[in-house]
Amino acid sequence: MLEAELVNRTLSVAMRTGADFAEIFAEDRRSSSAILDDGRVEEVVSGRDRGAGIRVVVGETTGFAHTADLTETGLAAAAGAAAAAARQSGGARRVVEVSSLDVPRPLTVRVPPEDVPKSTKVALLTAADAAARSTGSAITQVSARYGDGRRRILVADSDGLFTSDDQVRTLFSVSCVATGDTGMQTGRESAGRTAGFELFDLYDVEEMARRAAQRALTKLTARPAPSGEMPVVVGPGGGGVLFHEACGHGLEADLVAKSASVFAGRIGETVAAPMVTLIDDGTMAGEWGHYGIDDEGKPAARNVLIADGVLTDYMWDRLRARKEGRASSGNGRRQSYQHLPMVRMTNTYIDNGDAEPDDIVADTSHGVYVAQLGGGQVNTATGDFVFGMTEAYLIENGRITAPIREGNLIGNGPDVLTRIDALGNDFAMGSPGTCGKDGQGVPVGDGTPTLRVTALTVGGTAA
Amino acid sequence: MSKSLLDIAERVVGWAGDGVDVEAFVARDHETEIRAYGGEVESLTVASSMGIGVRIVRDGRQGFAYAAALDDETLRETFDEALDNSRFGSVDEFAGVAEPDGVEPASLDLYRSELVDFGTEEKVALALELERATVAADPRVTGVESADYADTTYEAAVATSRGVAASARETGCYLVAYSLASDNDETQTGFGFSVGRHPGELSAEMAGADAADRATRLLGAAKAPTRRLTVVLDPYVTARLLGIVGATLSGDAVLKGRSLFADRMEEAVGASSLTLVDDATDPDAFTASAIDAEGLATRRVPLISDGVLQAFLYDTYTARRAGVSSTGSAVRGGFKGTPGVGAQALRLTPGTRTQAEIVSDIDDGLLVQGVTGLHSGVNAVSGDFSVGAEGLRIRDGETAEPIREVTIASTIQRLLMDVTEVGSDLEWLPMSAAGVTLAIADVTMSGT
Repeated sequence: MLEAELVNRTLSVAMRTGADFAEIFAEDRRSSSAILDDGRVEEVVSGRDRGAGIRVVVGETTGFAHTADLTETGLAAAAGAAAAAARQSGGARRVVEVSSLDVPRPLTVRVPPEDVPKSTKVALLTAADAAARSTGSAITQVSARYGDGRRRILVADSDGLFTSDDQVRTLFSVSCVATGDTGMQTGRESAGRTAGFELFDLYDVEEMARRAAQRALTKLTARPAPSGEMPVVVGPGGGGVLFHEACGHGLEADLVAKSASVFAGRIGETVAAPMVTLIDDGTMAGEWGHYGIDDEGKPAARNVLIADGVLTDYMWDRLRARKEGRASSGNGRRQSYQHLPMVRMTNTYIDNGDAEPDDIVADTSHGVYVAQLGGGQVNTATGDFVFGMTEAYLIENGRITAPIREGNLIGNGPDVLTRIDALGNDFAMGSPGTCGKDGQGVPVGDGTPTLRVTALTVGGTAA
Repeated sequence: MSKSLLDIAERVVGWAGDGVDVEAFVARDHETEIRAYGGEVESLTVASSMGIGVRIVRDGRQGFAYAAALDDETLRETFDEALDNSRFGSVDEFAGVAEPDGVEPASLDLYRSELVDFGTEEKVALALELERATVAADPRVTGVESADYADTTYEAAVATSRGVAASARETGCYLVAYSLASDNDETQTGFGFSVGRHPGELSAEMAGADAADRATRLLGAAKAPTRRLTVVLDPYVTARLLGIVGATLSGDAVLKGRSLFADRMEEAVGASSLTLVDDATDPDAFTASAIDAEGLATRRVPLISDGVLQAFLYDTYTARRAGVSSTGSAVRGGFKGTPGVGAQALRLTPGTRTQAEIVSDIDDGLLVQGVTGLHSGVNAVSGDFSVGAEGLRIRDGETAEPIREVTIASTIQRLLMDVTEVGSDLEWLPMSAAGVTLAIADVTMSGT
């Protein structure tokens, strides 16, 4: 994307007035998407986004500038601006020399989406629409979206790093509206991988559409969700969102450093039930949060955060790690070249336990079974978090019974982690997600087996 | 300024051949963002970005492409890509670009040279002052999670092959702090902000005090038993609720069978105290704009009057399909997105009493100062509404102990009908709705 010589000269401009660290992050992103709604292919879109962000660190201050102009002049202007922004204190002058040009990693993508005709992509949408509507006349609306993106990045810095990555992601989702005597209900299904068009070897869009439709139809007979504290069983895959919110964000070193996490200062302590081992793993090939290097050039890694209930480590980016005199854990990510990197999750999961999922439900006299989750939110300083249930049922006398309407559940991370008392043997990854933090969205994955929390507050309206 | 954005947009539109309709949307902005922490600048970002989105309608088929650059080669590529994409859209007789409708755009002056002339050192000083003011506001405030100053100078232009040619520019800036307050082992957080068109309108003192107050008043908060009660929403919470209500009133949701209120025109959908307008011509609105995202004049749209549904919002496409006129309600997420329908500046007509006066009449209630999970527990199609909440209990007309880790739930339909009073404290917030205190009866609070 950029010649090593040009990178060297740009970094030299960034360091000219004295800096502890300078970095150039260049990105070239191409994306395509197509949207069907109301029976029509409404939108076929292509996009191109290319530019570089330059970061200069002087003491405690980071200066940052970005530009869409990748010529020598454009880069020098951005480097100068970043250096000026960082110049709050004096720093030592250093000469920059990047040379170790890494061999680009071989692309693991089998079918590059850019080689697939647009008509083939559009055909997926119409097939999903037809399949959803074929489930019955109660399905009154269908929308479907196909999207792919190829993101090539280059990272070089004043420590001599010069590396690159080529990330391809493909996503498909379908949403249905069902209409009945009780009003309208919605159902959604999505699939996404860090992979090319071979995504559709694993996922049948017609099957996805039927599942989304069924979800909406089921909810037409849903009753109001209960309210108050009760046992909650979360089905396979779905529980990942729970951990993402209950403790994932709280284990990000930037929040920990500012004492904005309930998990600050708790390394080595028991923070969860002994059966809980939580891992963040950016190396899981093909998963939605997978990559070769993070957005600071550090290779993705598998990091054990909680081992048998004991907190073992936080997640780190370069800046936070440098202050602690340790290495980054490969969790420095950014939405685009227009953003500063910060600590982010990748694929966060809990491994299999040994319980049979059916036994977990049978062993629950009353409560709620959550089959599909719809995202969440956490206040890391208090640990309070919510997550939404988009498909859920009552558990009565050890059996899954009536569907219930949508709503949030609320809990407190440290409490909930110790209240996990059953883990199934049916591990699955959940739906592809976009994690938001400080205004930046990045793709993340998560997974769990079926699990039970002995008490969580269900935010419904029924007594 | 170099070449005007409107010139660029009109040049691209000029490439349209016979039977091809084109819309070009060109935008450029310059931003500064400064984060203070521990009495120093943690980060300072200066950035400019620009780009174009080209929408093409040919034989009733629509295609779109965007690029984050404005050089000649990129413009041509983007145009060609949009043209190619249009081959794959479905035929839709209502598809098209906007044409002038004779409505004169409001005369709004949203650009302040004071912002452009404001030096970086002065901006840094404001960010540092915000952190200082937040920590100084209360001895229990131990620090900030973040204290930011940010500003933007934005300009955009839209042109269509049907004769639309419009442009606008504006400045905006804000201060926002997230405080950390501690008492023994417990920590609470709170935000405070101040917004303006130029830095002279900002108050670090006020934003810091608000951030401190929101955090400290939650110290000692506990979960509460499940019950039904009256909730009093803080202005900020009301504004977020209005955003959801606005989505249910979009012509797109109505036409595509996703609106709760599709068949309710001229019917009572809310309490008689509810009068809701969407009016981006209001110069006090943070999101004020004289033109919408398709280049048509924005206008005042009365949506609900005295509880009765009066109108839906329309852009060019949905208006054609519904057989009505656009309400100037096209919105878009920058040059990377196609226009869609949305509310731009929602405002409830304020009542006559302050929040304290409203609270004084409530025996059993919850003053809600913050909500979470609006994206995960609210469904604008089914109407299900369930969000995480924190705030203060109201007992016998006064605010009492702080509450956290509870949800409040109802349905969107019922929330509007159950409104008992609108406060007098209307304020514009950094979002597409104004805040005002709102009291709503019979809401379920779920806790222990």
